[in-house]
Amino acid sequence: MSTATSLPTLTAKDLASDQEVRWCPGCGDYSILAQMKKALAPLGIPREKMVFVSGIGCSSRFPYYMNTYGFHSIHGRAPTFATGLKASRPDLTVWVITGDGDGLSIGGNHLIHAIRRNIDMKIVLFNNEIYGLTKGQYSPTSRLGTRTKSSPLGSIDNPLRPLSLAIGAEATFVARTVDVDINHLTETLRRASAHKGTAFIEIYQNCKIFNDLVFEYATDKSIKADNILHLEHGKPLIFGKDRNKGIRLHGLDPEVVTLGNGITVDDLLIHDEKAEEPSLAYLLSRMVYPRFPECFGVFRAVERPIYEDTLNKQIDDAIRTKGRGKLEDLFAADDTWVVA
Amino acid sequence: MPVSNLSAAPGPQARKAEAQEVESVTIRFCGDSGDGMQLAGTQFTNASAMLGNDISTLPDFPAEIRAPAGTLAGVSGFQVHFSSHDIHTPGDKLNTLVAMNPAALKTNIKDLESGGILIVNSDAFTTSDLHKAGYKANPLEDDSLKGYRVYKIRINTLNREAVADMKLSPREADRCKNFFALGLVFWLYERSLDPTLRWIHQKFGKNPAVLEANTRTLKAGYNYGETTEALPVHYRVPKAQIKPGVYRKITGNEAIALGLVAAANLANMPICCASYPITPASDILHHLSELKRYGVRAIQAEDEIAAIGMAIGAAFGGSLGVTGTSGPGICLKSEAIGLAVMTELPLVIIDVQRGGPSTGLPTKTEQADLLQAMFGRNGECPVAIVAPCSPADCFDMVFEAVRLAISFMTPVFLLSDGYLANGAEPWLIPKVDDLPKIKVEHPTKGNGNGNGEAHFLPYKRDERLVRQWAIPGTAGLEHRIGGLEKEDVTGNVSYDPANHEHMIKTRAQKIANIANEIPELAVNGPAEGDLLVIGWGGTYGSINEAVKNAQKKGHKVAQAHLRYLNPMPKNTGDVLKRYKKVLVPELNTGQLRLLLRGIFLVDAVGLNKVQGRPFLVSEIEAKIEEMLK
Ligand code: SF4
Repeated sequence: MSTATSLPTLTAKDLASDQEVRWCPGCGDYSILAQMKKALAPLGIPREKMVFVSGIGCSSRFPYYMNTYGFHSIHGRAPTFATGLKASRPDLTVWVITGDGDGLSIGGNHLIHAIRRNIDMKIVLFNNEIYGLTKGQYSPTSRLGTRTKSSPLGSIDNPLRPLSLAIGAEATFVARTVDVDINHLTETLRRASAHKGTAFIEIYQNCKIFNDLVFEYATDKSIKADNILHLEHGKPLIFGKDRNKGIRLHGLDPEVVTLGNGITVDDLLIHDEKAEEPSLAYLLSRMVYPRFPECFGVFRAVERPIYEDTLNKQIDDAIRTKGRGKLEDLFAADDTWVVA
Repeated sequence: MPVSNLSAAPGPQARKAEAQEVESVTIRFCGDSGDGMQLAGTQFTNASAMLGNDISTLPDFPAEIRAPAGTLAGVSGFQVHFSSHDIHTPGDKLNTLVAMNPAALKTNIKDLESGGILIVNSDAFTTSDLHKAGYKANPLEDDSLKGYRVYKIRINTLNREAVADMKLSPREADRCKNFFALGLVFWLYERSLDPTLRWIHQKFGKNPAVLEANTRTLKAGYNYGETTEALPVHYRVPKAQIKPGVYRKITGNEAIALGLVAAANLANMPICCASYPITPASDILHHLSELKRYGVRAIQAEDEIAAIGMAIGAAFGGSLGVTGTSGPGICLKSEAIGLAVMTELPLVIIDVQRGGPSTGLPTKTEQADLLQAMFGRNGECPVAIVAPCSPADCFDMVFEAVRLAISFMTPVFLLSDGYLANGAEPWLIPKVDDLPKIKVEHPTKGNGNGNGEAHFLPYKRDERLVRQWAIPGTAGLEHRIGGLEKEDVTGNVSYDPANHEHMIKTRAQKIANIANEIPELAVNGPAEGDLLVIGWGGTYGSINEAVKNAQKKGHKVAQAHLRYLNPMPKNTGDVLKRYKKVLVPELNTGQLRLLLRGIFLVDAVGLNKVQGRPFLVSEIEAKIEEMLK
């Protein structure tokens, strides 16, 4: 029996544009592009309703490769174009593609304000801890001491933690994933897509040319289990090759403990992505390798009023209660007089 | 000063002051920025407009909201020119000056004509306030004001007496004193109190004490004029002969908001205006924010760049995208304007110019962003530019900006200025049916030829070189746009040298084609002659009056005013050639002159003023005389 509402069945291929993809061979962006198409194809969203908006940088070429509507804008400003678009066209599904330089350096202001407004758009930040397109300068997420052409003696700027920033900006959905874990990546993109409000996803993305292997600790199969922790809502924070390590709260700080010797699972922090306050998500976002395992998965997913819903509701309410404005009334809204 | 026998209503002993009829009057209310001078001026303007005078206003306020009370920096003024004939400027010289404190007197007295009426609040001339204003001696007690008709009135005292039994604190009582002065000036010029009384009721309906206090003191001021012999004459300015119709008073910023909503409405499209607060443009955002039931989406962005980004994003989605700002904001928006040029999206950019560079003079007027609008971006980046010539003309020109933006798929600058933004004049309310419709088309079908071409070609152009406005949500027309150079027709990213040059020329030609669809440049005065005075923007009124005066003296002088600056009307070069000399008055150091000289090889002469204030008619007249010698 056929269903009454037949969703458009798209395949990943339907979402590929006719443009030749021009990232460097081996770049992590290829995987993200592939998983994005895979994640979105079956969701029943018509292709013409999807819009990808980007800024400047390697990652920002992304819209050209999607057979959807796309806007390759200017450096750092993608959230602003996406905001105007989504606010005036709530029917569209809007994705912002950005990078660590684009989103956190030149566009930091727009990023935090887009997030705090909670516009229903998905912001995907490809974090490769480097400027790729301008050929290898240190970025706002580069670790202290990173040697690049513009920091020959090692960078001296403290790096930003993108998720901490997003949480500080009142993000309602925050997640982290990595380019090479394709199932996790696809699943995270789907979770983001289903979220109502701004979803902020950081993707660890390998820049083959200028910052190769910078995330090796989190991707190398032989060591990663001890260096990353997969978050699951309602489950204790356990990690390690032998699943025998966990995160416990010591005062207000997290600490790594080994299970056994009187320490049980009951002593561990339980992940709660729906917590009212963002404190836990923030704490998790501050866990940085090598002192801690770095968390992957959904840090926070809560529902809050959505900017464009409220904006448009104010308009609808005004029209409902006062009637749709007529130009004649508008022109004569002030004191008028007649000259005969 | 006979204050003791003051009663709230005209008593039997009231003497009728003699009434004289005059053609036009210019008055200025000035005082501390906390003294309510803008309000007094606005109320006087409304009453005059409703009485049937033509009006033109010039509010002048300090950049600081509350500079220290009593200081020169804190002086706020509001000038009104009202007349029984057609006027275009707020007036050169003051006939009457109302000064509420010594600082106001000091900063404004130079503009009062000799023999003019000076009404001073003598209560405010205390040692400390005199000192703050930098007076060594009290000017009310020496000879320094002897060239004027000085009326020293104890406004603080009289105002307090008027509200004496109301149990208001002295501070609350003093807050009404502007209305005492206003009432007195209403009497002086035979205006009705009714519009202001109506306003008081609307504004303070929920606060009976304030309502009562303001009503009483307004009437007390009026009655003071009527019952005392303080001012021996009063004046009557008859109705002006103006075109019949329904009028209201309008400022430039109001007219812009109304024009935008009207244009969007008649184009049957949603409007999204995103702005960041900035003087003197914020009022546009305020007005639009109130118009929710007209479907207006008004967004206060996090900064200037975000504001234009949002407007462009909305335009990509099929809305009328608008952003409003002043010069410093345009600096920040430049890169995004380039993107709108590259992506060929319609966009209206409103620049309410103020004194620059940098933060400059935020509350003062200037016309120094013309070249910024023309050239202030990287690369060859042409945009259309229009400029209104009066507060009411802001309605027509913003309407034009919308029409051109949509019809040519281009950003359009509207160059207003602080003088137009805050100045007011009567506006003949247009009939909605008479306003032009704006045609908006979003394609629903592909435009490829089916022979191997893509289904939809975003940069395929019509014969005017305009591309189609396909919007997201339209199945089959999915396409990508962006700031990288485009291959013509397909819109694919292209680094091809020949294509780049072709696109540069195409974008320029598209803007040039606008000249085919705008009115020709009109001339006021003889079609040829000795001198053409050509200007743009808010200087229209001063130039107009100066040229008319010169014509009355028999000079062969004409005025032309450019409301379209890029492209200029097709006959502009022609007009320039028909006069022996060309004068370009501008509130900058010669920006239009540079363009006219560059484009038309004409030996234009400038009259340039950059003092944050509009031209006086007399300044332009003097220059005309000088050039005709
Ligand atoms: S420079 Fe780095 S990030 Fe950019 S495409 Fe090449 S590998 Fe990818």
